[in-house]
Amino acid sequence: MLSKDQIAQRIAQELQNGWYVNLGIGIPTLVANHIPDGIDVEFQSENGILGMGPFPYEGEEDADLINAGKQTITAMPGAVYFDSATSFAMIRGKHIQLTVLGAMEVAQNGDIANWKIPGRMVKGMGGAMDLVASADNIIVAMMHTNKKGASKLLKACSLPLTGVGCVTRVVTNLAFLEVKNGAFHLLERAPGVSVEEIKNATEGELIINGEIPEMNL
Amino acid sequence: MALNKVVAGPQEALTGVADGMTFMVGGFGLCGIPENAISEMVKRGITGLTCISNNAGVDDFGLGLLLQKKQIKKMISSYVGENDEFERQMLSGELEVDLIPQGSLAERCRAGGAGIPAFFTPAGYGTEIAEGKEVRNFDGKPHILEMALHADFAFVKAWRGDTAGNLIYKATSKNFNPMMAMAGKITVAEVEELVPVGELDPNQIHTPGVFVQRIFQGSGYEKRIERVTTRPRV
Repeated sequence: MLSKDQIAQRIAQELQNGWYVNLGIGIPTLVANHIPDGIDVEFQSENGILGMGPFPYEGEEDADLINAGKQTITAMPGAVYFDSATSFAMIRGKHIQLTVLGAMEVAQNGDIANWKIPGRMVKGMGGAMDLVASADNIIVAMMHTNKKGASKLLKACSLPLTGVGCVTRVVTNLAFLEVKNGAFHLLERAPGVSVEEIKNATEGELIINGEIPEMNL
Repeated sequence: MALNKVVAGPQEALTGVADGMTFMVGGFGLCGIPENAISEMVKRGITGLTCISNNAGVDDFGLGLLLQKKQIKKMISSYVGENDEFERQMLSGELEVDLIPQGSLAERCRAGGAGIPAFFTPAGYGTEIAEGKEVRNFDGKPHILEMALHADFAFVKAWRGDTAGNLIYKATSKNFNPMMAMAGKITVAEVEELVPVGELDPNQIHTPGVFVQRIFQGSGYEKRIERVTTRPRV
């Protein structure tokens, strides 16, 4: 079973040289800590920076320099600041090659829900709806099941949707899956996790083709 | 001669604000918010306000100050997760809330200032925010119609500005401020440093003064950080 940090590590293996990447709040943020050697990418944060760097050293925080999670950050050499309209032009205009975000539910047709629990939690969608509606390459980083043990990989989302038919891949603490043709396709197992365990934790249709390899972290 | 937009301070800058008006308030989280204008709104006690702002501040800072005093009737935002009082008022129905995808919110402000009445975007198609909105296919992909936003007043915060209202923002405090500056009937800019015309390099100006009606030298900025996050020195 993977830790949150290992989920991020597995996703980081998907990074390709020269990509601009948008990382959502939570597990996705950790992807920046695991960029493979020899790969150059630039991180975009939708509040208005390309070329986001690591968190600042204590005492060097700048209130005017934050990420979309409202955390203090630094800027890399070559970074650029821009307004929110320009930021979402990059996103809608498909100038960002990979989007990584968290989810409460993902459906086998690629639908995603991550912004609202009716009557209980309403935080808002932030930039997630714009991101998922336009990005061609969306990886969801999340736990395979919720706190009650129920599957988050479903036949159909029960919560209000953030976007329809948009998720292409999912990395959870149990597995790496591809979402296509209306089903979850199991690509890799987390170390020490059996196909059976993944099957039991997946409510949506799960396609298992041949021997499923373990992840190589 | 360059026009002079300078007013004495927040009190003069907010001349004409009234109950029931619509306000755009710049900033992302607490970054780049017009602290002086918000304080003046609290002081004036105007109520029934519609506020267009990406976030709603935190419980005791930013727009949260107006929420505490129940001055806001309706919020138009993309993310309101940092404010318990907001969530309480929304779930109890005291506060009307229109949640909008962040990119659509930015573009609706920009459109309002740019004379574009509406536009189609893929964001939100197939979700509850698309309900009642016109849908059209472009290149085989469905898009929804989003309308421009306007405001009686737009309050923005910049790093440096000149007496003609030209503005330069610092780092990520730019965020929604430039679009909101464009979309206000009266745009009030508060700046950390107000300089005479000619001091700012015309090549570097982010918001041209044409969009700004009033500008003043702000004071007492707290510039609170919502999530101080650091890494250890090695």
